[in-house]
Amino acid sequence: MLFKGTHSLTKFIFRQRRFKIIIWLLGLILVTLAAASAYPEMYKGDETRQAYALTMENPAMIAMLGVGYDLEDYLSSVGTLFAHEMLLFTIIAVAIMNILLVGRSTRADEEDGRIEMIRALSVGRLAYTSASMIVVVITNLLLALLTGLGLGLLGIEGFDFESSLLYGSILGVSGLLFGSITAVFAQLTETSRGTTMSSFAILIGAYLIRAIGDVSNEMLSYVSPLGWLSRTGVFADNNWGLFLLTLIVAIVILLLSFYLNAIRDLGVGFIAARKGKRHANPFLQTTFGLTLRLGRTNIVTWAIGMFAMSLSFGAVLGDLEAYFIEIEFMQAFIEEESGYTMTEQFITLLMAIMSLISVIPAVMTVLKLKGEENKFRTENYYSRAVSRTNVLGNHYFLAILVCVLMQSLVALGLWSVGQSMMDDALSFGTTFASAFVYLPAMWVVISLATLLVGSLPKLTSFVWLYVVYCFIVVYLSGILDFPEWLNNLSVFEHVPQIPAEDMNFMVMIVLGIVAIVVTVIGFMAYNRRDIAG
Amino acid sequence: MVVLKTTNITKSFGKFTALDGVNIEVKEGEIYGFIGPNGAGKSTTIRILLGMLKATEGSAEMFGMDVWDDAVEIHKRIAYVPGDVNLWPNLSGGEVIDLFMKMNGRVNKARKEALIKKFDFDPTKKCRTYSKGNRQKVALIAAFAQEADLYILDEPTSGLDPLMENVFQECVLEAKKLGKSVLLSSHILSEVEKLCDRVGIIRGGKMIETGTLSEMRHLTRTNFTVKTKEPITDLNKMKGIYNLEEKNAELSFQVDTEEIDAIIRYISGFGIVKLESAPPTLEDLFMRHYEGTASDSGSQGEL
Repeated sequence: MLFKGTHSLTKFIFRQRRFKIIIWLLGLILVTLAAASAYPEMYKGDETRQAYALTMENPAMIAMLGVGYDLEDYLSSVGTLFAHEMLLFTIIAVAIMNILLVGRSTRADEEDGRIEMIRALSVGRLAYTSASMIVVVITNLLLALLTGLGLGLLGIEGFDFESSLLYGSILGVSGLLFGSITAVFAQLTETSRGTTMSSFAILIGAYLIRAIGDVSNEMLSYVSPLGWLSRTGVFADNNWGLFLLTLIVAIVILLLSFYLNAIRDLGVGFIAARKGKRHANPFLQTTFGLTLRLGRTNIVTWAIGMFAMSLSFGAVLGDLEAYFIEIEFMQAFIEEESGYTMTEQFITLLMAIMSLISVIPAVMTVLKLKGEENKFRTENYYSRAVSRTNVLGNHYFLAILVCVLMQSLVALGLWSVGQSMMDDALSFGTTFASAFVYLPAMWVVISLATLLVGSLPKLTSFVWLYVVYCFIVVYLSGILDFPEWLNNLSVFEHVPQIPAEDMNFMVMIVLGIVAIVVTVIGFMAYNRRDIAG
Repeated sequence: MVVLKTTNITKSFGKFTALDGVNIEVKEGEIYGFIGPNGAGKSTTIRILLGMLKATEGSAEMFGMDVWDDAVEIHKRIAYVPGDVNLWPNLSGGEVIDLFMKMNGRVNKARKEALIKKFDFDPTKKCRTYSKGNRQKVALIAAFAQEADLYILDEPTSGLDPLMENVFQECVLEAKKLGKSVLLSSHILSEVEKLCDRVGIIRGGKMIETGTLSEMRHLTRTNFTVKTKEPITDLNKMKGIYNLEEKNAELSFQVDTEEIDAIIRYISGFGIVKLESAPPTLEDLFMRHYEGTASDSGSQGEL
């Protein structure tokens, strides 16, 4: 009786989420397959693979991508290179997909009162949760099979069938694991935001623990599921045991979420909400204060995450330096060629990636306004003596502050820890310059979000496509060999890579002008359009 | 003095015409009832008045200022309560009330505290936990705590219990006593009857009737129940007779107001034993307008 109606609810949830599921699956599978087919070409011959192995021994790389393979494995199958570079980040993407998917069809549906409507029908108490978890299981199963079969059947040199299947299965099971974790948080917390935030915190924590463990103490890595999942030796040893372990853990957590769901009342969580204040403090009574308050949790969470991430990268900079000194010939090569150390060149890549992550909370801050409109809360401003320019301006201004804050934390983290870890430390100025040089590009992305909120409110999520695109260009352009103009579509490509490149003020000014023009159009459009609520 | 005036406002969403030439006029010190079935265009009209939607055609003014261009200036003098109050789940009710008052720049702490007491409201809970009625209290307290010149109330009591409904009516009448104006959209007929000086009925995006309640009553039918010595013949052939029914040797029917005289003369010829008449109830009045028996041609002209 607990499960009555699960079948039709499963179809119902699938129908509602089908576009998101299809886009995520297509994106994940296509990027995986495209990258895989590029590998044999990129790493032809033993010499390039030896060089690769050498690069990957470097602690910073291990911290970022996980532990690598032995040289023989690299030489015997190009799949190992692919797995080392792609697996961990694909797992993270899969985890994000699952956290969002599960958060939506559990706590978010409950918070918005949809589950109440459904429970009033003749369905079992666990039917909705079961249905949403069945959707998650099927989605991950599809991901595992399609990726595994796809890789196996493409006939790429070095991609044998069993290993391909294991690769897909790892993706699927990690999705299930994070989906189950999210389902547990959906029972513990009282809000959908609490659910996704806690789940993301676990994901970030898992990544950091694995990064620190991989570099310093392998036992620590086994605390993090990402630690096990990156140790299956796929394409070499094919350790299915770790896959099975993850599967069992995921199922246990899933059952726990069902148990918690069965014993709790609808609408409440195990962690109760706190009592509120009787009066609003003077700062909250300003529009900016309100905007900041509404975005506070999100911003603080991101700030902690960004700082922790840059601290851990800072921690490996010292090892990185030591590692380069060992390889004398390489050092000589770099000194001669560019006049910059390998560390400095590594910093530029790191900064490009970090600034793309920093821009996410900033874009969220602008899009928050659209979310408020969807929830009929902007009515609270516009039925009172508050202008549209004021409200949009506050969100926009806060977004810029968020960028500056995040980039400062990134620079501070790298510099402060790198300081104590390196003999030839990065200077304070250089570190901050290499972070702040991305601000104009980030500003353009914020302006784009503002433009969409102002003129095409139904298409605001396009800004995420752009961010993802920029990320792909930074991360994969070398591998996928994009034409120049495609790379140039990303504003981040134009930013001078300090310290490896010189400052280019012209580019900064142009990016600034683009940002201002786009912003002005966005504000004008926002003042002219109908507000839905 | 007229505080609110719309002239032929029209609003289209793509091909759909939500409002088609709506005229409303609210005078100073007047409570204007704005009624009509669901989806008739009440909330769309109110959103235009608030400057959130831009009218496709026509003009709307409050205090002599344009509702779109001078929205911010106008809003300093109005208070709005929506039917669905959507609040920020993480803020407390007390915080939101303070915020709302501050946004309009009219903070009156003593009045606020008095109203919180009057509405029996707990301001320390997070908005997430409030029921519909409690969320409406937040908006009502914030609205009545600031002394606005015009109150725009869009089904403000749909979640309140009868006790709170009374408190609400007191607040409205108190505002009226101070010479304030009110635009009240409501489905609660007793509320409309008790509060409103004039009523405008909207259906299908058009105003189909405007006037005082007594004027409107005059235009509708009176209910009769009669018993006569001899059976009445051919009554159904008389002009202005509706819903004729026979029950326990009694006839009941409705008569158009202007035909009452002729009908009474006719039936008295059959020897009246019992005659009961009842004025049209508000429900009759509204149902007649809401159901749209006379379709769209039955608008202003016929009524």
